[in-house]
Order: sequence, then structure tokens, then C-alpha cells
Amino acid sequence: MAATLKDATAIVGIGQTAFAKQLPQSEKELACRAILAALADAGIAPSEVDAFSSYTMEETDEVEVAKAIGAGDVTFFSKIGYGGGGSCATVGHLAAAVATGQASVGVAWRSRKRGSGPRPWKNTAVQLPTPGQWTRPFGLLRPADEIGMLARRYMHEYGATRDHLFNVALACRNRANQNPAAIMYDRPMTRESYMTARMISEPLCLFDNCLETDGALACVIVSAERARDCRQKPVYVHSVAQGLPAQHHGMVNYWNDDPLTGPAWTAARHLWKQADFGPHDVDVAQIYDAFTPLIPLSLEGYGFCGRGEGAAFTEGGALEIGGRLPINTGGGGLSEAYVHGFNLINEGVKQLRGISTAQVPDAATCLVTAGEGVPTSAILLRS
Amino acid sequence: MLLPVPDEDGAPFWEYAARGELRIQACAAPGCGKLRFPPRPCCPHCRSFASEWRLMSGKGRVWSYVRPHPPLLPAYAAQAPYNVILVELADAPHIRLAGNLVTAPDAPLDSLDPARLRIGAKVHVAFTEQDGVSVPRWLLEKS
Repeated sequence: MAATLKDATAIVGIGQTAFAKQLPQSEKELACRAILAALADAGIAPSEVDAFSSYTMEETDEVEVAKAIGAGDVTFFSKIGYGGGGSCATVGHLAAAVATGQASVGVAWRSRKRGSGPRPWKNTAVQLPTPGQWTRPFGLLRPADEIGMLARRYMHEYGATRDHLFNVALACRNRANQNPAAIMYDRPMTRESYMTARMISEPLCLFDNCLETDGALACVIVSAERARDCRQKPVYVHSVAQGLPAQHHGMVNYWNDDPLTGPAWTAARHLWKQADFGPHDVDVAQIYDAFTPLIPLSLEGYGFCGRGEGAAFTEGGALEIGGRLPINTGGGGLSEAYVHGFNLINEGVKQLRGISTAQVPDAATCLVTAGEGVPTSAILLRS
Repeated sequence: MLLPVPDEDGAPFWEYAARGELRIQACAAPGCGKLRFPPRPCCPHCRSFASEWRLMSGKGRVWSYVRPHPPLLPAYAAQAPYNVILVELADAPHIRLAGNLVTAPDAPLDSLDPARLRIGAKVHVAFTEQDGVSVPRWLLEKS
């Protein structure tokens, strides 16, 4: 048995549906379409799938998916908690299952109708269990409000400005403008349009928030040995980590000693410890961007710069193609689609195959991260 | 407006609030006594299950704040943009309570001029009744 997951498995297939504010198909149909597309991409028959992993928030169960796509006997299935924090761990769990012989063909997926579905703050009937009792009565209602609180403190402590947040939003929008599948493909952003956008939760404006999207994505994971015989160039799962820091409290992580060092820091320590390379060797990164402030916080957490330097890191086009660390090259959650970060995984695979619509020349290593601010996960991919 | 829905661990906080007291859970084990928030069954420092609720001075400083704008639940949208602050308690700076900075305990959530919102501002607690439940509000210290 392998003592490490390092390069023991590879992503050999990716698939996605269209992304839109509203799609007519059900979440189940979207899931099946994305999964079948990923299997076709890999050249693997659906009957060979014996492992599934998704998010606890995924409402399309593996039972339904396996039945619909005609999977064979399934010997491994898992679901990861904490919303967008689960994305990369789906790949990580399947990599562990395949590397240890619990399964041979794993499918990870996320299908979501967020664009046309309900939003929690519109539902006054929702009961509020802990920890809502400490925040909701005071009007701290939405994730944007919860992250906005951290963003304000971050700006206060380190001199970060809305221009820094704009740098993040612009990099994602520019990449989406190169990606015909992105929702913001034909919608350029300017500094003026950003600075005059309506506020959602000051200091965060409309363009600091991810999109509301309907869509689904999936990827296929097999052993490195089998990957060599697949249709596509293998993209190896080099390192995997989850992160739940001591005394962490989820989205409203205001009660531990240092709320500005979130789960990214915990995941990063394990991720780099298991890797043959470090942050300076990463060619391109797909960093979870439900909100723009998550990018500077994650840049610090994953070691691309020092504590408090994440905002300054975004200056001078550093996050753009040709910059120090191109990010979210499909447009990310901010401008391609918000499907709980799964599009970041597939975009990482596209970069290492050399087929991204905003290709980083000769990209051979990619960091993909899951939601920051919640118990999270991350993977390092290499070609 | 949303009312707090206490769980078993949090219920004492709201019971004390109904008496106009700001109390925080503390470990009751001899030699430990550390405060913790949010409330939970077990002390993360010494693992004792013995706890007590310690009276706070009710003074603190603004650690951070946001100003939510619609779309929001209707009762909140009616007062938006309002402020939500995080107060670090003078007695225990690592304990931060979410709340609203207002001009009087029963004033609307948008009653304070946003120009007066500032990280580090000194505040003190007051209680107001909201649909039969006593909830903390925060007032600026006179400077």
C-alpha cells in the first residue's frame, strides 16, 4: 500500500454542463450530464465507476446518480461537509480510496441550481440553531455580511483598500472575458463600474460577490498506472489536505485568537509538507473566490506571501496572465460560474492539459483551493 | 426581526440577558476558570464539564463592522443600511460579540450616523426587548 498519496492517482476526465442564471434541467439531470461528459472525456465506461464523492450540500445522492448513469457495484462513497470547503476534498477522498485499493474509478461531482433556487435570507420561516443565535438576530444574515466583517478588519489591520479587492475582481473578470463558457464572457469590468457598483455589505460591493449560477461539473480519478492508458494526458494529484483549525467556528470565525488566519493556513501546512515543491513553484492557482477578500487571505495562508501582504500582492497585475501568480483562469466563482468551486478543479486540469482559454504557457503545477473561512480543503495538481 | 433560538448551551446567556446582565460562560474547575464563547459543554483548556456564568462589565471596543444593504429579510431591509458590529469585551478581548451600535437601547438599527462607526471605538452594552426577548445593543461611550 502506498504510504503517500503523492502522484498515486490522476484526474483523467472532466465534464461540465452549460452555466447560466437559470437552466431548465433538474439538478439530477445536470449531475448525470456532467458525469457522463467526464467519463466520455476519460474514455471510461460508466459501468466501471465504483466510487463517488460529493458535498454534503449536494442534493443528488450517489444512489440516484449511480442508478441513472448505469454504474456497476460501488465500493466507496463519501460526502464532504462545509459547503464550498468541500470541493477539493472530494478529489482527495477519491484519491485516497483509489490509492488504497478501495475502488478503481472515482467520480467527484457538484450539481447546483443556485441561480434559480432559493436563498436563505428570503425565508423568514427558517429556524436559527446555534451558531445563528449569536449573529442572526443582529442582522448578520448572509455569507457576504459574515465575510465583510473579516474584510473590514483585514483592511484596518493591513491597509488593504477597495482597489486591492478590485484587482481580484478584475483578474477573474478578465479571464472570464476569454472563456466563452463563462457567464461574464462578454461583460468587461472597469475600475469605474466596480467602484460605482451597489453595495451588498459594506465594504463589499456587488462585484466582490460570486455569481448565482445553475450548472454541474464532474471529474474522474483513477490510479496513476491506469491513467497512462487513458485518452487524456493525466493530471496527477500531487498533494491533498483538509483544514479545520483549532477553535475554528465556521463562517463566523470571530471567536478564536486570530480570525484572520483561517483554515487555509491549516490545510497549507499539510499540503506543502507532502509536496515535492513549494508556493514559488506554482505556475497557476485556482483560489476559491466566493468573495474577493478570500483571495488575499488565501495568498497569505498558502504561503505565496507573508502575513498581511496579500493585498499588496495583488498589485501590478500579479494575478493576471503573465503576472507573478495567474489565478482563476476560467473566471472563477466571481465571473465564470459559482458551483461551489468545482469549476476551479476542472480549470486546474485544463491548465495542466494545456487547453485553458487563458492558458499559462507551459503550466506544470497548479494549486486548487476550496472555500476559505469554513473548514476547507486543497489539492496540488501536476502534469 | 429574527429572534435568537437558543440551544441548550446558549440558553443561560439569554436568561441572564432577560435580567439585564451580560454574562459569559467560564470554566468552573479549580485552577482553570477560563472564559469561553460560544458556550459549549466542555472546557477546551482543561476538559472540565463544570461551568459557571461570569458577569461582565459590559464595556468593550469595536473590533470590526459591516453595513448590510438589501436584498435582506424584510424586517432588516426596512432598516438598511444598518450596522452590525463585533465588540471585543474589555474583560476578555478574545471574546467578540456581534451586535448593533445604536443611539438608544430601543432605537432602530440604522439610528447611528455611519460616520461615527470606527474600529476601536469604546462601547457599552444595554438591553432592549424585541418581541418579548431581551437582546443586547451597544452604545458609544461618551468621549
